[in-house]
Amino acid sequence: MARLTKMKIKQVGGKHQVLVLVNHPMETGRRKDSKTGELIPAHFIKTMTFQHNGKPVAEANMGAGVSKNPLIGIELMSAKSGDKVSVAWTDNKGESGSADTAVK
Amino acid sequence: MQRRTFLKGSLASGALAVAAGAGLLKPTKVLAAWPEAAFETKITPEDALKTALGMSDAADSGDIKIKAPLQAENGAVVPIKVETSLPAEAIAIVAVANPAPLATFVNLTGAGGFYSARIKMQQTSNVHAVVKSGGKLMKATQQIKVTVGGCGG
Repeated sequence: MARLTKMKIKQVGGKHQVLVLVNHPMETGRRKDSKTGELIPAHFIKTMTFQHNGKPVAEANMGAGVSKNPLIGIELMSAKSGDKVSVAWTDNKGESGSADTAVK
Repeated sequence: MQRRTFLKGSLASGALAVAAGAGLLKPTKVLAAWPEAAFETKITPEDALKTALGMSDAADSGDIKIKAPLQAENGAVVPIKVETSLPAEAIAIVAVANPAPLATFVNLTGAGGFYSARIKMQQTSNVHAVVKSGGKLMKATQQIKVTVGGCGG
């Protein structure tokens, strides 16, 4: 089941911010199902790697303390129009996803 | 049986396979193992930082800016933005009173001194933005008031 992974690059004061949004429940494993009273198993993204023109520039590590449908942002250094940016993530159940885009 | 497994596997990574097939996707390099212990519950913020960044003593710094709400109505989604003018090697976001204090951290290997994420907060607490720069840790702190907690429930 592929999860929706969206990536957007926006310019803020001449710098390029990369924003990634993943459709993901980010369950902590400490929350109970309101109907059955059973614990919902943990399910969260562990790592997210960013590449700028094929070179890894940032690796985000996260626990279940990141909100549902995480929105993660980093900033590119010396990005030019046409540069390729990609992101790939994996979660604790082995699911993964990716997205790529180019700097406008 | 093997065929079954194969089918399942290929369905699961369907979209990924298409992307890979089109030559868009390079195999993800694993830079470092995900530090499980750093994200555990009942760990102190200091120990979490030590596990994640290799040290825990952070001095206050005016070169780090946290952009976050003073009061979060919903603890499940608290947007945090960290900006620094320091040459950052890593940026961590720590919500001191959370069951697992370290929410997230990023290793920077060429990206700028910026990190934003939305985190969960169980209760009103200080949030540290910890920046690793030049082999030292620097931090900025902001208290965020939480009306409705966002962990468990």
